[in-house]
Amino acid sequence: MDEFREPRGLTRRMLLGGAGALIVSFSLVPQVLAQQAEEEGPALPGALNDTRLLDSWIRIDADGRITVFTGKAELGQGIRTALVQCAAEELEVEPGAITLVTADTGQTPNEGYTAGSMSTPNSATAIRNAAAQVREILINEASLRLEVEPGSLRAEAGAIVGAGGERLTFGELVADNLLHVEAQPTSRLKATPDFKVMGQSVQRVDIPGKVTGGAAYVQDIRMDGMLHGRVVRPPSYRARLVEADTRAARGMPGVVAVVRDGSYLAVVAEQEFQAVKAMRVLARSARWEESPDLPDITRLADELRAMPFQDGVVADSKTAPGAAAKTYEATFTRPYHMHASIGPSCAVGHFVDGVMTVWTHTQGVFPDRDAIAQMLNLEKAQVRCIHTEGSGCYGHNGADDAAADAALLAHAVPGRPIRVQYMREQEHAWEPYGPGMVTHIKAGIDEAGKIAQWEYQVWSNNHGTRPGSAGSLLSARYLAAPFQLDPQKLNITPNGNGDRNADPGYTLPHKHVIWHFIPDMPLRVSALRALGAYANVFTIESAMDELALLAGIDPVEFRLNHMDDPRARDVITAAAEKFNWAAGRLPEGRGRGFAYARYKNHAAYLAMAVEIEVNRTTGRIRLVRAAAAIDSGEIINPDGIRNQTEGGILQAASWTLYEGVTFDRTRVTSIDWQTYPILRFGGVPDSIDIEIMNRPGEAFLGTGEAAQGPTGAAIANALRDAVGVRLHDLPLHPDKVRAALLQA
Amino acid sequence: MSTNLTVNGQTHAVEAEPDTPLLYVLRNDLQLNAAKFGCGLGQCGSCTVMVDGRAVFSCVTPIVALEGRDIRTVEGLGTIDNPGPMQQAFIEEQAAQCGFCIPGMMMRAQALLERNPAASDAEIRSFMEPNLCRCGTHMRILRAVKRAGELMQQAGAGRTV
Amino acid sequence: MLRRIALGLVVLVVVAAGAFFALAYRPAIDPLPEGEAPSFDPLMVARGAQLAAVGACTSCHTVSEGQDFAGGLPLPTPFGTIFSTNITPDPEHGIGRWTEAAFIRSMREGVDREGNLLYPAFPYDHFTHTTDEDIRAIYAYLMTRPAIGAPNQENQLGFPFSFRPVLAGWNLLFLRKGTVEPDPQQSAEWNHGRYLAEGLGHCGGCHTPRNAFGAEDGSGHYGGAEIEGWFAYPIDETSPAPTAWTVEAMTNYLTYGYDQEHGTSRGPMAQVTGDFRNAAPEDVRAIAAYVVAQMHGGAAPAAAAAPPAESAAAQVPEASPAGAGVETLTIASPPASPAFQSGDSQTVAPATADNPGALIYAGACATCHESGRPQPYGGLDLHKSTAVHSTNPQNIVNMVLFGIPASDGQAAPIMPGFAGVLDEAQVISLLNYLRETFTDQPAWENAQQIVADTVGGTTQPTIYSADGLRRSPVADIPRTSP
Repeated sequence: MDEFREPRGLTRRMLLGGAGALIVSFSLVPQVLAQQAEEEGPALPGALNDTRLLDSWIRIDADGRITVFTGKAELGQGIRTALVQCAAEELEVEPGAITLVTADTGQTPNEGYTAGSMSTPNSATAIRNAAAQVREILINEASLRLEVEPGSLRAEAGAIVGAGGERLTFGELVADNLLHVEAQPTSRLKATPDFKVMGQSVQRVDIPGKVTGGAAYVQDIRMDGMLHGRVVRPPSYRARLVEADTRAARGMPGVVAVVRDGSYLAVVAEQEFQAVKAMRVLARSARWEESPDLPDITRLADELRAMPFQDGVVADSKTAPGAAAKTYEATFTRPYHMHASIGPSCAVGHFVDGVMTVWTHTQGVFPDRDAIAQMLNLEKAQVRCIHTEGSGCYGHNGADDAAADAALLAHAVPGRPIRVQYMREQEHAWEPYGPGMVTHIKAGIDEAGKIAQWEYQVWSNNHGTRPGSAGSLLSARYLAAPFQLDPQKLNITPNGNGDRNADPGYTLPHKHVIWHFIPDMPLRVSALRALGAYANVFTIESAMDELALLAGIDPVEFRLNHMDDPRARDVITAAAEKFNWAAGRLPEGRGRGFAYARYKNHAAYLAMAVEIEVNRTTGRIRLVRAAAAIDSGEIINPDGIRNQTEGGILQAASWTLYEGVTFDRTRVTSIDWQTYPILRFGGVPDSIDIEIMNRPGEAFLGTGEAAQGPTGAAIANALRDAVGVRLHDLPLHPDKVRAALLQA
Repeated sequence: MSTNLTVNGQTHAVEAEPDTPLLYVLRNDLQLNAAKFGCGLGQCGSCTVMVDGRAVFSCVTPIVALEGRDIRTVEGLGTIDNPGPMQQAFIEEQAAQCGFCIPGMMMRAQALLERNPAASDAEIRSFMEPNLCRCGTHMRILRAVKRAGELMQQAGAGRTV
Repeated sequence: MLRRIALGLVVLVVVAAGAFFALAYRPAIDPLPEGEAPSFDPLMVARGAQLAAVGACTSCHTVSEGQDFAGGLPLPTPFGTIFSTNITPDPEHGIGRWTEAAFIRSMREGVDREGNLLYPAFPYDHFTHTTDEDIRAIYAYLMTRPAIGAPNQENQLGFPFSFRPVLAGWNLLFLRKGTVEPDPQQSAEWNHGRYLAEGLGHCGGCHTPRNAFGAEDGSGHYGGAEIEGWFAYPIDETSPAPTAWTVEAMTNYLTYGYDQEHGTSRGPMAQVTGDFRNAAPEDVRAIAAYVVAQMHGGAAPAAAAAPPAESAAAQVPEASPAGAGVETLTIASPPASPAFQSGDSQTVAPATADNPGALIYAGACATCHESGRPQPYGGLDLHKSTAVHSTNPQNIVNMVLFGIPASDGQAAPIMPGFAGVLDEAQVISLLNYLRETFTDQPAWENAQQIVADTVGGTTQPTIYSADGLRRSPVADIPRTSP
C-alpha cells in the first residue's frame, strides 16, 4: 500500500531523534502482559497490545475535531474524565476539545470488561501513548510539509506550530489513513512537571448534566415508538413454570405482547406503568414448582466447607515453617454480598433489518454481545452493544441480564425499541452476589516477634460468571431450550479470583496459601468489587493485629517489621501519620484499627486507620473517622482518586457492619432495602481523610477497589481495640457484638 | 382521563390513569430525566421531588392527589448554563460518583434549605436519612448541601413561607 | 371564741404542716464509701438485664444516640417538662454511690438517696410492687454498666410542681405500696404476668388514662390513653383489635415487634418491643397471658394457647459449666413467615369507585397493603388494622402522615409518609374511606380535628424507627407555619 512507502507514521528514528527528547517506555507488570492475547510483533503499552492501530483509539477529522475511543465504560468512577485528561495532555489541547466514545462494539476497541481496576493500567496507558504517538506523527507530517526539522515544531492548541510562527492545524494535517498505522512500543510521553491537565483535579465532565436533568443514563433513553417491557421472575432459582394464564395480562390496556418461552415470562406494553401493572397481573396468574435446595443460612460456613472442592496452590514459599513461640489460629466467614446498585438494571433493545442493537450498562459490551448473539442464534456481526451509563454497578450486577431481556423482547417484537427495567426486588433477588467465603489462618511468631509460619486456606466459588457464553445470561437459563452456565474451573492467575490477595503481601520466611475452589454455586455469584480480596484481606489483617498483640508490638510497627517494599512502607507510615496513630490509645468506648493491602499484590497500595465507637448495650458500632493513604502510581485526577477511595471506604464499611444476603431453604429473602439495609447518613463518619502519594512517572495502578479489604479489617481491628473481642464472622452485627461481649 | 399537573411552574394536561405514580408521569409523559426509579417502594429516595415545598417520594405518589399542587423537580432548580445554588454547590463539591441518587438528594436538601438555609451539619445529616447512596458519596453530599445553604444565604434566596 | 377558733386553726395548720412534712421528709441514706465498687454475681447481673428490659429503663433514661442510662430525655407532662436522670454508676452524677438499700427505696417509694422525692414520671407507683430479689438484680445490672459523667438537667416545672415535697401529697393519694398478691384462681403464669405487668412492665403507665393529678385513673384500668402524640390502645375488653389476640400472637408481638394478624408496633410501643427482645421469654409470655386475659374480661381465655412454635428456641442466659459464670446470648429468630413470591412486593391496585379517598388508597396504599407480603415487611391488610378500628384515629393519622422511617443498618420495615403528598382534606377523605371499607365501625367524629392538630403541629408524635432512634416529625417535615 502506498502510504507505507512514504515516511509517514511513526518510526523509531523519529522517536529517538530530536534534541533532549524524553523517552519513556511504559512497561506493565510482566505477569499481566503474559495474559494478553498472543501478539505478533513487539509488546505495546496497555491495551494497545490488543488493538494496535492508532486510529482505533484516536481520530481527527478534517475540521480538527478529536475523537478518542475507549473500550472501557464510565461506571461513575470518573474514567471518562481521566481518559480525556490523558489524551488532552499528550495532544496539548483543552479537555473540552475531545469527544470520548466509550465501549461500543460498533466503534471502539475491545477492552474486555471495565473491571479489576484495570481501566487506568490498560485504557489510560493505551490512550496516553496513542495520543503521544499521534502528536509525533502530526509533528512529523508538519515537518515534511513545512520542510523544517521536527525538533523545531511543537503541538499547541490543536495545531502544530513552529518557532517561526508557522502553523498547521490538526485538521489540515490529517490525510486519509495518516493515523491508520500500528503503534510503537515506546512513546515520547510528557514529563510530570510539564503536565497541564494530568495530575489536576479536572472537574468531571459528566456531573453538570447529571445535576441539571440531562439525559445521562440508559434509563433516560427515549426513542420513537419505544415500548416498555417487564419480566416476571420465578420465585426461586430452580423454580419451573407450571402454568401461566396469560389472557388477563394480554387484555390489559396498552399490552402489545406477552412472551412465554419455557419458564421465561415477560410482557411488553405501550406505556411503562401499563407494563408494570400487566407484569403484576401476569405474576399472579403464574404457578411455579419449587424445591428447597438452598443452604441452611445458619450453618453457611459448615455447608460451604462440606461442598466438593479442588485445591489450587496460591503461594508456597517451599520452606519449612519456622519454630513458633506463639501461634494464632482462627476461621473467618464472609456472607454473600449484594452489589445492590441504587438503580435497578435497565436496557433498550431494537431489532430491525436483522440487526440487534442493545443499549446497556454492562461492564463488557463485547462479551455481552457475544453471549446475546449466541442466545438468539445470530451472527456476532448482527449484534451491536453500546454502553450507556447505568447507576454504579461495582461488578457484575444485573446489567447483562437486562441487556439479554431487552434483546429477547426486541427479538420477539421486532421493529420497535423495547426498554426493559428491572423492579427493585428483581435486582436484589436475582443479581449475582459476591460469594460467601470461609477463610482459615494459622500463623506463628518467633521469640523476636517475627512471623515464622503462615498457613492460609480460603474456600470460595469462582468470582466471575460473566458473559462470554449465553449461559451466563439469566433469562437464557429459563428458556424452553435453556442455555447452561459454563462449568466453573479453578484457575490460579496473578490477578486472582477467590484467591485475590490471599497471598499476604508481607515478607515472610514461610507461607503456604491454598484456595479450596468450590465449583457448585447454590446461590448465583459473580464478581463484586475486589472479588476475594475483601475477605482475604479481612482475615490477613485481622491476623496481623492478633500476632502483633501476641508479640506485644504496636500494630503499625509490626507491619513495617515485615514489609520491604518501600512504597508499601510509605503508605503505611503516611496513613498512620494522617490518623495521628502516634497519639496512642483512645478513650473508653472507642477503638482504633489499622490495615494495609496492596490490591492484587501488584496494583494500588492502600493503608488506613479507623476510629470507632461501640455501644456495649446495643452492640452498635459507629464509624467515627477514617484516614487512608493510597498510592495509585502516576496521578491522573487526584479528586477522582479521592472520590473513589472515600466511596470504597464507605461502601466496604456498609458491607462490614450491616450486610449479608438472607435466604430460607428455597428463596432469597433479602429483596428490598427493608430486608437488605445499607449505610445511611446516620452511619456516616465525621471525617474521611485521604492522602494520595505522589508518584510521577510510575505506571498507573488503578484505584477503585483498593479500599475494600483494608476497610473491613480496620473496623474489626478497631472493635478488638475498643472492647477486647475479635469477631470473625461478617457482618459485625450488633447482636454478634453483644453476644461476644457477654462471653468475654 | 386527564389530570392537570403543574411542574416547575408549567401546567400540563396529563393523560394517564389517576393511580399512576408521579415518577412515571415526570419521566415518560413530561420527559424529565432527573427523578429516578430506584425502588418504587418509598425506601430509597432516588425519586424525590418537591410538592408544595415538601420533599416527597414521587414513586408512591399517585397523580390523583396532585391536581393544583406545586410540583418541582431538579429541572426547576436551574439549567446547565445557568445552574441554581443547589446545582452549583454539587458541581463545586464534585458530589457524585455514579450520580444516580443525586437528584433525589438535591430535592430533599432543597426542601430543607428553603426553610432553613442555615441548617446545621447535624440537621442536614438527620434530614437526609431517607435517601440512599450506594457509591458512598455521603461526605461530599453533606458538604454540597452545606455549600448550597451558604450560596442560598448569600443570594438571599432562602424562601420562607 | 374567735381566739379559740384562731388557735384551733393555727394548731390545725401546724399539725397539718407537721404531718405533711413528716410525710415529705425522707432521710438521706449514706452513700457507699468512696472508691468502693461492689461486685456482683454475673447470674444476677444477667437476670437484672432481663428485668430492666421489662421495665424498659433504657427508654426513658437514654436520649437518642446518647449513652445508655445517662439520662437527659425530656418527658413532657401537663405540669411541665421533666428530664430523666443519669442512672449509670457514675459516682458524681449517677447512682454510683447508692447502696442497694437506697436503690430499693427509690423503686419502692420514689425517693432518691439524698431523700428528695422523685416525680412519678418515674413510675415508682408501679415499681413499688417489685420483689426485693428482682430489685436487687436490677441494681446489680445498673451498677455494672459503664459510668457516664453526664450531669442531670434541670426540670422545667412551674411552682408548685417544682417544689418536690408536694409529691408527698400525691403519694398519699395515689401510691399503693406492697406486693401484688397472687390470685389463687389463676394460673401461675397469669399471676407472674400480673406481677410483671402491674410492676416493672408498668403497662398502665401508658394504657390507663390519667386524672388531673397525673395519676392513673383506676376505674379506667387499661382503658387506653394518649402518649407522645399516639394513642395507646385499650388493652382491656374494649380492645379495638379486629382479630382477637391470642397469647401466642401477643408473645410474638412483644418479642419481635410484629405479628401476622396485628401488624407492627410503632410509636412508643416500638421502644417497648425493642426492649422486650432482651427480656426472658417466659416473662414475656407471662405478660402476654395476663394482658390477653384482660382483653377477655380478666380471666384467662377459654382455650389455653399452645406454646409458640418457633424456628429457633430462645434461650435464657445460662451459666456455663464449671462455675465460670459466663452467660451466652442466643438471639431468637421470629417464626417463619408465610410463603411469598420474591419477584415483586407490590400488587395491582383494585378498580375503584371514583371518590378521592378511594383513588388515593388505590394509588398510594393498595400496591403494598394488598400485596399479601407477610409482616413485618409487607403492608398490613387493613382489615386487620387496629389503628383503623380504634375509636381514636390518632395512630392511623400518624402512620399515613409519617410512615415508618428507615433504620440504620438493621433489617426493619420502611413505610413512606404522605404528609407532603396529601393535604388535610385528602387525608380525611382517605381516612373515611379506610374506616368505611375495612371496618364495620361508625365514622370517626374527631378525625378532622386530629388531622388538623397533627398536621398543624399542635400534636407532635414522636416517630421511632427500629434502631431506636427517635425522629421528630417536626425536624423531618418542615411545616408551613412555625
